[in-house]
Amino acid sequence: MDEKNRLALAEWVMESTLKCGADQSAVSISAHQNISIEFREKKIEQLTESLQSSLSLEIYANQRYSSHSTNDLRKEFLSGFIENAVKMTSYLAKDEYRSLPDPKYYPKNPPAVSGGTGDFYSDFKLCDNDYDRIPASLKIQTAAEIEEAARSEESERIISVTSWYSDSYSESLRIHSNGFTEKARGTGFSAGAEVTVRDEHSGGRPEESFGASSRFRSDLPDAQTLGRKARERALRKIGQKKIVSGKYDMIVENRVGARMISTLLGPMGGGALQQKSSFLEGMAGKKIASEKLTVIDEPLIEKGFGTRFFDGEGLKSEKRVMIDKGVLKYYYIDTYYGKKLGMEPTSGSASNIIFDCGSNSLEAMIGNLKKGIWVTGFIGGNSNSTTGDFSFGIVGLLIENGEVVRPVNEMNVSGNAKEFWNCLAETGNDPYPYSGLRMPSMMFEGVNFSGI
Amino acid sequence: MNLSDYYTRFSVDEKIIAEVMSEALSYGGDDCDLFFQHSISSHIGLEDKAVNSAHSHIDFGVGIRVLKGSQTGYSFTDEMTLKAMKAAAKTAANIADSGKNTAPVQLKLHKIPNYYPIEKSWEDVSTDQKVPLLQEINDKVFAEDNRIIKCNISFADGTAYILIATYDGRIVYDYKPMMDITVSCTAEEKGRREQNYFKLSGRNGFEFLTPENRERLIKEPVRQTIALFDAVKPDAGEMPVVLAAGRAGILLHEAIGHGMEADFNRKNLSIFCDKMNQPVAEKFVTIVDDGTNPNARGSINVDDEGNDTEKTYLVENGVLRSYLHDRISARHYKVNPTGSGRRQSFRFAPQPRMRNTYMLPGPHKKEEIIGSVKKGLYAESFTNGEVFIGAGDFTFYVKSGYLIEDGKLTKPVKDVNIIGNGPEVLRNIVMVGDDLRLGEGGGTCGKNGQWVPVSLGLPTVKVSKITVGGVGK
Repeated sequence: MDEKNRLALAEWVMESTLKCGADQSAVSISAHQNISIEFREKKIEQLTESLQSSLSLEIYANQRYSSHSTNDLRKEFLSGFIENAVKMTSYLAKDEYRSLPDPKYYPKNPPAVSGGTGDFYSDFKLCDNDYDRIPASLKIQTAAEIEEAARSEESERIISVTSWYSDSYSESLRIHSNGFTEKARGTGFSAGAEVTVRDEHSGGRPEESFGASSRFRSDLPDAQTLGRKARERALRKIGQKKIVSGKYDMIVENRVGARMISTLLGPMGGGALQQKSSFLEGMAGKKIASEKLTVIDEPLIEKGFGTRFFDGEGLKSEKRVMIDKGVLKYYYIDTYYGKKLGMEPTSGSASNIIFDCGSNSLEAMIGNLKKGIWVTGFIGGNSNSTTGDFSFGIVGLLIENGEVVRPVNEMNVSGNAKEFWNCLAETGNDPYPYSGLRMPSMMFEGVNFSGI
Repeated sequence: MNLSDYYTRFSVDEKIIAEVMSEALSYGGDDCDLFFQHSISSHIGLEDKAVNSAHSHIDFGVGIRVLKGSQTGYSFTDEMTLKAMKAAAKTAANIADSGKNTAPVQLKLHKIPNYYPIEKSWEDVSTDQKVPLLQEINDKVFAEDNRIIKCNISFADGTAYILIATYDGRIVYDYKPMMDITVSCTAEEKGRREQNYFKLSGRNGFEFLTPENRERLIKEPVRQTIALFDAVKPDAGEMPVVLAAGRAGILLHEAIGHGMEADFNRKNLSIFCDKMNQPVAEKFVTIVDDGTNPNARGSINVDDEGNDTEKTYLVENGVLRSYLHDRISARHYKVNPTGSGRRQSFRFAPQPRMRNTYMLPGPHKKEEIIGSVKKGLYAESFTNGEVFIGAGDFTFYVKSGYLIEDGKLTKPVKDVNIIGNGPEVLRNIVMVGDDLRLGEGGGTCGKNGQWVPVSLGLPTVKVSKITVGGVGK
């Protein structure tokens, strides 16, 4: 479906919804194409290619709210779908806080970039113009080269390598009945490998994957780097075992930090606050972490996965320092919970998240560590947004006097986010470039580990 | 509903299916299947004492898989026209590059049993019939304990119509109901807040919501939330852990279930791949993965590649017996498929997956098991788990439980992760109770980006030593 037809269909759906009795409505239609290749033992293990569409509809009728989605975009189907959706809405309880956002929060125009084309998605480099021109053979070759690179050394210890390449293109349109119409589009690329090695001592087969994702194909690391890093990281796990329980300093590597920061980002959501399931309720303006922690929601980054000028409900995106030197400044508040809480909406979701970075590299941070655990991966675990309690499984490396002593695994790191973030002693100079969450490596002092 | 109703639903007939299959095999693929899916799901939510949000979702499409040896080509389309289906088939066909194969001459209907009989289909239940039930549960939750400050109820139901056609000429259809109701409570006492939830889920119809089941949706979440006010964190480190009968089957799911999925073994990735027919646990340990439990969340009448489901013995009397196979791995190992080929939807190629994983009852009594522990943990409710297939490390998160001191349950505990090594923990299962239960909330299992419903079950079980993520000491 081209852009013109998509807009025509969205307008028809909106009109039909209003005709059926809705007071307000939002419609979005998106299309997504994807190819993904899994490669193993010098041949394609699986090749998946697809093209799909979906439509979502939000209904506000007589102070009642519902949302609906379908991938069947035929008008003859949609008529009945819309009718049922409006009818379903009528059975719900009234909720005075439900409505589309006030149009004053909608963006007037996309932000201008000097020397730019005026097209947001080009100016902020969210679309790789080569996307359509990459031959399938090159994608397969990329995956093949990654596998070969991973196997190029110490092959006798390698049991299996599975490499992958995938790319995608998405475009979408969103319209609101109170005057909002915007389009979005973007490309994404991902490549990497999972390597399984033989651990003679334990009889185990430790595995590790290493990959990267980017908006432009040219920003992916080369096949050599991806294959080599996946191999090195897997080999490094040979001989891993748990060590004695106790308090250790902890370095969390940039690429896996999401699991830790989720202990704060979840409780910063409006829903958690209003539903009294956030330990951060009432903490705005107060210190919740060490002054080393500054968290910025930055919607306007070139090539960012979270880059946008309006959010999922059409609110204009703005840069906000969410946590400033350990002090909580903002929550993630959408229109609905904003009204319920009597707070101004910010956005119900994060865009790109950036951090204040320190001056030391990960290597230097490790070099400075007297005794501690460098966490390279998490396994399982969970956190409790109401109380701040968390407990996660980890794998990593024991460090003594700045040197790697041995790999460790089968251990948990546990604590409470209220105290834990005050233990943040240093942030690295290495913000993770392959995600919307650009977290640097972080060092925490005196963290509870359980092992033997 | 009969076959022709399914043909009508998907705008296909035997001739169209043959034509699409021929296209799929046009580059020499040696096997293929078509997976048609139409699912209709709805959700209503109660928050702040009113049922004030709803969501409905329709998913409709066909997935086309072509195999060449162990290689898979996959594509799908949500447009049910011959042109779109043939285009998707051509894309999937590309996995092969020499020769040409032909579709089966005739499709033969394959009859299957029904492991999820229901009385009232969700398609015949309108939203206004569900709203009062949620309202009643909410009102009684607040009446149950005055420390409750918030109650959230999520009620999801769905119906999926599946039609599968395979290269060997089998055509089979299935009607899959599902419901999932979760009640979460937040309670406050002396300025301190705690939250917990209780959930019932299965392939049930509307009749499942009897007064008795509704009563449990009121009592259980309140009880489990209030208990947390007294909760402490256990010491950090290794200790004996007793798992309560029921959803603690998550232990089996993570410690051995994933490692027995045959794709991981075919590729030599699993820590179990060199242990077939070897003793891995005490003689009283028998672990099955079963697709046939009545109305269980993980039950399937037929797997997603058209094979009959069954009860598969992973471990029989302590000995490793069978992997969980899909068609590719069954062919690789030259065994019959176990009916374990499952997929999230038509957008995904099937892979070996678990269904309802549980341990058969053993010789011990619950009281005897708890009584045998001097100092340890009794784990009662669980959220999520994860496993490293090759290294064997696995975890599961204990939402709530109790300390065991001198053979008795004492203080409640909450929010601790447990981590162990699969084969080691199997060896360390030293007592198995006679009180097997299948967890009523079930679970949703993720693998390679695909999510499928499963169930987990266990009798009371004692693991002599495992690492608990406490903070004390």
